[in-house]
Amino acid sequence: MIENRPFLNILAHLVLIFGVALVALPVWVAFVASTHTATDFSSGTIPMWPGPHLVENYSRMLDAGVSTSGTPPVGQMMVNSLIMALAIAIGKIIISILSAFAIVYFRFPLRNLAFWCIFVTLMLPVEVRIVPTFKVVADLGLLNSYAGLSIPLIASATATFLFRQVFLTMPDELVEAARIDGAGPMKFFRDILLPLSRTNIAALFVILFIYGWNQYLWPLLVTTDSGYYTIVAGIKRMADAVDGLPQWHLVMATAVMAMLPPVLVVVLMQKLFVKGLVETEK
Amino acid sequence: MKRTIFRNQLLPWLLLAPQLAITFIFFLWPAAQAVWQSFLREDAFGINSTFVWFENYRRLWGSAEYLNSMKVTLIFAVSVTVLSMGVALLMAVAVDRMLRSTRIYTTLLVWPYAVAPAVAGILWWFIFNPTVGIMPYVLGQMGIRWNHISNPDQAMTLVVIASAWKQISYNFLFFVAGLQAIPASLREAAAIDGAGPIKRFFTITFPLLSPTTFFLLVVNIVYSMFETFAVIDSTTEGGPAQATNIMVYKVYFDGFIGQNMGSSGAQSVILMLIVIALTVIQFRYVEKKVEY
Repeated sequence: MIENRPFLNILAHLVLIFGVALVALPVWVAFVASTHTATDFSSGTIPMWPGPHLVENYSRMLDAGVSTSGTPPVGQMMVNSLIMALAIAIGKIIISILSAFAIVYFRFPLRNLAFWCIFVTLMLPVEVRIVPTFKVVADLGLLNSYAGLSIPLIASATATFLFRQVFLTMPDELVEAARIDGAGPMKFFRDILLPLSRTNIAALFVILFIYGWNQYLWPLLVTTDSGYYTIVAGIKRMADAVDGLPQWHLVMATAVMAMLPPVLVVVLMQKLFVKGLVETEK
Repeated sequence: MKRTIFRNQLLPWLLLAPQLAITFIFFLWPAAQAVWQSFLREDAFGINSTFVWFENYRRLWGSAEYLNSMKVTLIFAVSVTVLSMGVALLMAVAVDRMLRSTRIYTTLLVWPYAVAPAVAGILWWFIFNPTVGIMPYVLGQMGIRWNHISNPDQAMTLVVIASAWKQISYNFLFFVAGLQAIPASLREAAAIDGAGPIKRFFTITFPLLSPTTFFLLVVNIVYSMFETFAVIDSTTEGGPAQATNIMVYKVYFDGFIGQNMGSSGAQSVILMLIVIALTVIQFRYVEKKVEY
């Protein structure tokens, strides 16, 4: 602090409290809505304080869901989301750490070309090439499968770059020592590189888990069998279906459950999350 | 560059194989398909297609709908970027004054990053719902009639708020990091010379923050152009009357729902060129040119 200005300090606190409230407002409204019954909405405006139907609404959605909307119980959609998020996060980490190892620790013909092939994936977000990618997945028979949900999203230049950066900062003496001791490349990778990259892997995992859990367009397209619906994509189907007879309390209960796992990850692992966010943007 | 390396020739290819395979099958091949599609025109039944050179691009250029989509994308991207960066900068400057409470405020401000864009869209859609939402009620008290289902400007306002809300936390974290990187001695020197807090902000803090600001500018434009698909789809679906039909949404809509492959392919190619340009700017310009 440069100088003591009490007025500015109070103003800063006020700005921050206002900001926190603004950021929390939609979630508070959703939470409150999810604790009421459908009839509470018909009176006009919704209440601002939680009602008594919290357990009832949430357990109903977890076990049964809204049968008329064609979506499965929320519990099942959450399991699907979890499988997809874990597959994407772990898959991305494995393939990108292997390719970064190959690019940094080996010299081989066409090494630069391989690097550029990975680099251009940065420039091809799934939204842009959506129609042909869907066709490829359909031709491979991967629609309505966990493989179809996760594999097309697994290739990632950012994760490869991150590991490349990490490996480049590791001292050369490590490789020399390993080679003098007679360790081959894979032994070096397993016993030295992997343990040294542990925190980077953890930080990246946090970011990628959130990325995977929050996927929307891709699951919406490749799943037509409700057994594979993910929760983020399922909400939209639910909101569409209840348009005729608004069941907002149930939709909002689902929305709260959809954001709970990733939000918990961010709040509980804030340090790793910030580290991951800053590193992947380098 | 590593001085010491391993000499195997086959092993690196085996290590690269999974990533290269996925890249080719799900990235490069579909992208090539999109480029090829953009030069074809299918007949009404989708059986025969003829090579039409740049006809699809020419038609896009003459299409009022596509030009409108470009305009909508521009307004949308600029609004989201300015709104989310402005709010985030205000919060970051306020947090920068704090000593003990930095952590708690940071925790309370960063979690929206974890909320899926689709969920953010649904939440704001509910808040602004003309029949049961709280905002139309509050606005109604002030004499403003809110109905984003029929009013194009209000629909745009809604998607901008929902998209910007989700991005505040990201910008906030980077602004805080940027502010902490500015040496305190500079601001102290200015304070000794008699510059007040506002003058210090505009003559010292803000200029020194420019690398962060520029970086976030590019990131936010990319975000609002490509990652807000879910916000649009879960709320307005491009309507009313094309008012929120951003380019990414139009590619999807023309390709999947309209089944117009040639036009959708051409739009994909245009978007790819935009992403390539933004990526080049991010890597070339952000890293080197903005310095102090």
